[in-house]
Amino acid sequence: MLLNDIEKMTNKVLSEQTLAEQRPVLFRYALLQLRDSELADDAVQETLLAAWQSSSSNFEGKANVRTWLIGILKHKISDHWRRNSREAVAPSWDQVYSGDGEAEDDEFFMNNGSWNSAPKAWANPEAALKQQEFWAIYEICQNNLPPKMAQVFMLREIVGLQADEVCRETGLSDANYWITMHRARLRLRECLEIRWFNTTKREKHHA
Amino acid sequence: MRNCRDITLLVSKGLDKELNLAERFAVGLHLLMCTRCRNFQTQAQFIHKAAHRYTEQLQSRLGKNRNRR
Repeated sequence: MLLNDIEKMTNKVLSEQTLAEQRPVLFRYALLQLRDSELADDAVQETLLAAWQSSSSNFEGKANVRTWLIGILKHKISDHWRRNSREAVAPSWDQVYSGDGEAEDDEFFMNNGSWNSAPKAWANPEAALKQQEFWAIYEICQNNLPPKMAQVFMLREIVGLQADEVCRETGLSDANYWITMHRARLRLRECLEIRWFNTTKREKHHA
Repeated sequence: MRNCRDITLLVSKGLDKELNLAERFAVGLHLLMCTRCRNFQTQAQFIHKAAHRYTEQLQSRLGKNRNRR
């Protein structure tokens, strides 16, 4: 490639605006792992600074700018855990999900593909969104997902990565990504139904 | 004929990206006849929305101490 092209590409990619656009995604990613906005903010700052200072040789093309930045951010986050090793160490996503031991048999459907325990209609889900107790339940249900499923679901729905980016991050194939998201939604659905929509405490809010 | 597992997989997929015409047709036809999968669709959409609302809350909850700086 011509040096000129590389320069052009680099200038384009590493413009302040390009980096700033990635900030919200990086922040949510860091926030999920560090659980503290100040720490997350610092990690993102350091990441953007490192990216800014880095030479073009570290960067392979515009399409991957986010992947590249997340790679740097991961290092910043593990630096943080290393520095604070006396604190309880939250396992990094990468370590938790090396195995693929979650290919469990299908508990939601029978062999012929029809429902095992079918979804019931929920009364007034919109009202739930306004209630503090609902969010506690939501959080429990989300945290109860098996680790890899939780990672995939959160990278997509909380961090806001695109499907193909989630696949790159997690090493899932395209087909397994769709299956994992499907299962995550089935589990969340069931959990919310059991813990919230099926319980009587909800009724007082409807009265 | 696609069964409920296949259809809800497509419904779930449809929340992330646009389905092709054949898929949309299969889903639409099935949902006309199947209350259970219709419930799944409504609830999966609700969970999608709830996840976004949760993200906003998470950012403001964990962001309380930001003003200190």
